[in-house]
Amino acid sequence: MPRLSRDETTPVRFTLNGAPVSGRAEPRRLLSDFLRNECGATGTHVGCEHGVCGACTIRIGGTMARSCLTLAVQAEGATIETVEGLAPQPGRLSVLQEAFRRHHALQCGFCTAGILMSLDTLFLDEPDAGEVRIRDVLGGHLCRCTGYEPIVQAAIDAQSRLRSGNTDV
Amino acid sequence: MKPAPFDYVRAESLDEVLDVLAAEQGEARILAGGQSLLPMLSMRLARPRVVIDVGRIRGLDAVETAKDGLVATAGLRQATLLAHPGLERTHPLLAAALPWVGHVQTRARGTICGSVAHADPSAELPLCLVALGGSVRLISKRGRRRVEARDFFTGLMSTGRREDEMIEAVSFPEAKRETGYAFREFGRRHGDFAIASVAAVVTTKTIEISVGGVDDVPARRAWPRLEGSALDDALNALAWELDARDDIHADQRLRRDLVRSLGRIAITEASQCLV
Repeated sequence: MPRLSRDETTPVRFTLNGAPVSGRAEPRRLLSDFLRNECGATGTHVGCEHGVCGACTIRIGGTMARSCLTLAVQAEGATIETVEGLAPQPGRLSVLQEAFRRHHALQCGFCTAGILMSLDTLFLDEPDAGEVRIRDVLGGHLCRCTGYEPIVQAAIDAQSRLRSGNTDV
Repeated sequence: MKPAPFDYVRAESLDEVLDVLAAEQGEARILAGGQSLLPMLSMRLARPRVVIDVGRIRGLDAVETAKDGLVATAGLRQATLLAHPGLERTHPLLAAALPWVGHVQTRARGTICGSVAHADPSAELPLCLVALGGSVRLISKRGRRRVEARDFFTGLMSTGRREDEMIEAVSFPEAKRETGYAFREFGRRHGDFAIASVAAVVTTKTIEISVGGVDDVPARRAWPRLEGSALDDALNALAWELDARDDIHADQRLRRDLVRSLGRIAITEASQCLV
């Protein structure tokens, strides 16, 4: 039973977007801060820091999760995916990201990383999710720019392209 | 918005958890899904000396069926229970209320027992546990005991759990025959904390109504099958009995009004399930 002292840092290792990463964290370090400050993965944004706004949403072990409601030490050995892992290759956007661009589904972009991770996970888990389900998932995110409608439209567009196999963007 | 420093124990067995709980004398908090504890830590409303992570203990995330109904063990996630086959048939109230617990993203991590342990007066799961006459199974080095849900919630975010105890499981009795169940909630946005929520359990002879979000703990009342103005009067009396408060989301008057209106809607809906 390892007990980690409050003042000491301990090694934390996990897989981030397919590659192993490691760093050191004291017990109270949030995973959101660890990703940004230790891993340099600043695509994940930190908004409210108590699980309400959704900006820090990532994927842990294939499941949507708020990285601000997870301790870095909890992530030891986990498989983690963030917005940096969505694009298929440098200079090219994923189908979902491209739909966001096409539909003006973002303005300032602060909330976007989290929303992309939630929708990407939804379409992996439930390729046939309907609009009600899409809106249900978006209910876990706050966006102060778009009024949400362009996000819904982008999601529906991306989903229909993913289902038809028309992934040319 | 960063937690105060704490020690961290990654428990590998239940015995280890109970050892630390006994040794720390109320200064330890259990981390399962973290969806209630982490906000409390970050807002520094909770400053435990040690956090015990139970997420690595095997076999803690089971749904079992026992004499006292569906048993949700300590690590069972809210999303897992929502997806449990047959839940709508065996536990229609839970199937109706679970989609109101937080968001898709928090239900994926948050646990049933964690929400019960946190005992937020607005939370749906404590309300359902009280409405269904469920119970809480507590374990410590001294042994096990069971507490009825109605006795477990003792005040605002306060429960009958003793310092050295952990919630091992909670049990939700199965739906009874010739009984209707309904759940209604009002919040500013779906996924927000409930300003008021109501669970109704109706038979041919009785009405049971439980109200969350208004008083410090879920309130449950049992009435005969009142109808018309007699039901309105009973709902109005209940609304005034509860210690409704003003906060930034709603004033007392709105909360009382929601007890009357949501109560009427939920009771009607539950009655319709009977036929």
